Amino acid sequence: MRTARAMLAALALLCAAAMPALAVRPDEMLADPALEARARAISAELRCMVCQNQSIDDSDADLAHDLRVLVRERLTAGDTDAQAIDFIVARYGEFVLLKPRFSARNALLWGTPLLILLAGGVFLVLRGRGGGGKAAPLTGEERERLKDILGE
Amino acid sequence: MTVELGHFALVLALALSLVQAAVPLVGARMEHPRLMAVAEPAALTAFALVALAFAALTAAHVTSDFSVVNVWENSHSLKPMLYKFTGVWGSHEGSMLLWVLILTLFGALVAVGGRNLPQRLRATVLAVQGMIGVAFTLFILTTSNPFARLDPAPIEGRDLNPVLQDIGLAVHPPLLYLGYVGFSISFAFAIAALIDGRIDAAWARWVRPWTLLAWVFLTGGIAMGSYWAYYELGWGGFWFWDPVENASFMPWLAGTALLHSAIVMEKRAALKIWTVLLAILTFSLSLLGTFLVRSGVLTSVHAFATDPTRGVFILAILTFFIGGALVLFALRAPSLAAGGLFQPVSREGALVLNNLFLSTAAATVLVGTLYPLVVEAVGGDRISVGAPFFNLTFVPLMVPLLLIVPFGPLLAWKRGDLYAVAQRLLAAFGGAIAVTLLALVFIDRSAAFAALGFGLAAWLVFGALTDLALKSGLPGVPLATAARRLAGLPRSVYGTALAHAGLGLTVLGIVSVTALEAERFVTMKPGDTAEVGGYTLRFEGLQPRQGPNFVEDRATFVVAGRGGEALGTVMAAKRMYTTRQMPTTESGIRTFGLGQLYVSLGDLTEGGGIVVRAWWKPLVTLIWGGALVMMAGGALSLADRRLRVGAPAPRRKAARQEAAA
Repeated sequence: MRTARAMLAALALLCAAAMPALAVRPDEMLADPALEARARAISAELRCMVCQNQSIDDSDADLAHDLRVLVRERLTAGDTDAQAIDFIVARYGEFVLLKPRFSARNALLWGTPLLILLAGGVFLVLRGRGGGGKAAPLTGEERERLKDILGE
Repeated sequence: MTVELGHFALVLALALSLVQAAVPLVGARMEHPRLMAVAEPAALTAFALVALAFAALTAAHVTSDFSVVNVWENSHSLKPMLYKFTGVWGSHEGSMLLWVLILTLFGALVAVGGRNLPQRLRATVLAVQGMIGVAFTLFILTTSNPFARLDPAPIEGRDLNPVLQDIGLAVHPPLLYLGYVGFSISFAFAIAALIDGRIDAAWARWVRPWTLLAWVFLTGGIAMGSYWAYYELGWGGFWFWDPVENASFMPWLAGTALLHSAIVMEKRAALKIWTVLLAILTFSLSLLGTFLVRSGVLTSVHAFATDPTRGVFILAILTFFIGGALVLFALRAPSLAAGGLFQPVSREGALVLNNLFLSTAAATVLVGTLYPLVVEAVGGDRISVGAPFFNLTFVPLMVPLLLIVPFGPLLAWKRGDLYAVAQRLLAAFGGAIAVTLLALVFIDRSAAFAALGFGLAAWLVFGALTDLALKSGLPGVPLATAARRLAGLPRSVYGTALAHAGLGLTVLGIVSVTALEAERFVTMKPGDTAEVGGYTLRFEGLQPRQGPNFVEDRATFVVAGRGGEALGTVMAAKRMYTTRQMPTTESGIRTFGLGQLYVSLGDLTEGGGIVVRAWWKPLVTLIWGGALVMMAGGALSLADRRLRVGAPAPRRKAARQEAAA
C-alpha cells in the first residue's frame, strides 16, 4: 500500500519490459468491426497469466498477444463467444478467467454479497418488528441540557 | 553518525511506546491519576523520537549516503532532488517508517488536543495507540531496518524504481497513510469503550471528527493514486480492481459506513454497538491492507512461503489486534447500553440502509480479493478474480445505495415521512429523468445503461441541491430570505451536500468514460494524421532527449479541433532509465473542457512508423474532481464548530443553536 499504485505499476512494467509494445496492436485487429468488438469484449475477461491482474486486452506481454490472436482466430473460424472462451480455458485452465465460473467451488465467492445483504436485511426487519423495548431514561447530562433549552 | 542516531531514536521510541502501552492502562484500571498521566508525555516523546529517526533517514537520502543499504537500493546521485526526498518512503522500509511516523503523530495529536476528554478514556485510548506503535516499531527494527549499513560503501546507487519517480509519490502514500492510520484513532476509542464497558457523549463527539479526518485523507489518497496510475501506466485506465487497490478501497468503504453510523450515534445515541464494531472492522481492514501489500502474498501464496519473515510478523500483528478486538467485543458488547429508538422510515433508518449496502460492498471486495489466495492455499488450484467479477457484483450493490442517498438528509430523525420527502424530491427526480432522456436522444440511442448512469449522477447532484434549497426555506420564503438563510446554514449541512454532490460528479465521470470513450490504434509516420473523438492528431516526429537519469524519445503531435482550428500540441514519450535499464511510457495528456485527450506510444515499426494509441475521454476529470469535492465536503463539515476536534461549543451557545435549529 506504500504505493499501492506503484507496486501495480512496477508489475505492469515488468510485463511491459518483457515485450515493450502496446496492448492491442493495429496489425492484430480484425477487418470486421462486429467481430473485432466481440474479440475486445472477450479479451477484457481473459487474464494475461504472466502479469498481475491484467487482462490480455490491457497487457503488452507476448503471451497476451498470442492469446489475442488465438481469440480472433477462433471467432473468425465461426466460434461463438462461449466456444472461444471454452477453447482458451481448455488449454490454459480456469486461472485465465478474470470472472470465475459459477461452480460449487466458487459458490461462496458469488454467494457472499447476496448472503450478507439478505442476512443483514432479515436481521433489520426482525429487530424492527420486535420493537426493542423501552427508550432509555434521560441521563443527568441530558436532563441538564433540557433545562438549558427550556431557558432556565 | 546521523544514521546511527536515527536507529537509536527508533529503538528509544519502541521503549517509549511500551511505556505508553502499559502504564496508562494499568493506571486506568487502578484509577491512579499519576500513572494515567504518563500517557501524554510518552505519546509526545515517542512522536518526537520517530520524527528524529525519519529525519535521519531523510538526511541520508538527500545527501545520497550510499553506505546505507536503503539509500543504495533506492537512490542515485543524479536523481532529481524532489525524488531524493520522496524516495525516503519509496521503499518497503521507508514506507513502514512513514506509517509509524503518522501513527505516533496521531497519538501526539490525541495527547495535545484531548485535554477535555475524561482522563480514563484518554489514557486507555493512548495505551491502545501505544500497543499498535510497539507492534509496528518492532516490525521495522526486526525485519525491515532502514538504517542498515554497507561496508565498503558503493560509489553509486541503484536508483529508485522509475515508476515511482513522479510527483505522485510525494502525495499519494502520505495521504493514504494519513487515512489508513487515522482510523487507528477510531479503533483505539472503540477498544477503550469496550475495556471501560461504557460509551458516553464525549466518545461519540470525538470519534466522528477523527473518522471524518481519516476519511478525507483516504479519499484523497485513493483518488490521487487512481490519477497517478491513469497517467503513468499508459493505458488510460483509472481503476483496475487490483488487490493492491482493493486493499485501500475496503477501509474506505467501511470508513464511509462508520462515518454515517457515527452521525446516528452522536445525534441520537443509537447504533452504539454497531458503531464500535464498525470502528474495529475499519481499522482491521487497514491492517489487512498492510498485510496484503507488505507480505508479498498477493503475487502468489508460494512467493509468500519462500520468504515469510515479514509476512508472518504482520500476520501475527493482524491476529493479535483483530482477534483481540473481536474477542473483547464479544465479551463486552452486551454490557454496552443500547441507545435511542427509531422507526424504520427515519434518518436513522436511511443511515442503517447505507451501512447495510456499504458493509456488503466491503465484504464483497474482501471476498473477491482473498478468494484466490484461499483457493490456492487449500487446493493448490489457481483462479483469478478480476475486474469483470467486481463490476458484476459491486455495481448492483452501489446503484440502490446511490438511489437512496438524496432521501437521507431530508428524512426527519426518529420518525420520517417518506411520502412528504418523495414529494420534495420530485423536482430533482424530474431533472434526473430529463438528463436520462437527453442522454438517450442526443448522445446514443442504443446506450440505455449509460443514459441511466447519467440520470443517477444527476439525481445525486440535484438531490444535494434540493437539500440545500429546502434547508434555506425554499420554496416557501422569498428569495432574499432564502439566500440569507442559505448563508447561515451550518457548515456540516454544506459538507453533506458537497460530499453527496461530489459522489454524483465521480459517478458522472465514470459513466461518461466507460460509455462514451473514443479509442484509436494506428501506426503513424511523421506527417500522418489520425482522428479520435473529433480531434485530429498530426504526428510531427520523434526527438531524442537526455533527462537527468534517463534518455527518451519524445513524440510531438499537433492537435486540431473539429473545425480544423489549432489547439496546440501534445507530447508523449518512451523513456529508458539508464541505471535500471527499465523502459517506461510517458503518456501525453491534454485537457479540453472536462475531458482529456490521451496519447500513448508503442513500438517502432519496420517502415519507420510508430504505433500510437489515442483516446478521447469525455468528462474523465470529473472522476477525481468529484473526489476533491467530496474531500471539500468532509473538510467543511470538520470545520463546523460543533464538531471541531476537541473544541465543542460552550454549553450555553450550543444549547441556543440547538433551540434555534
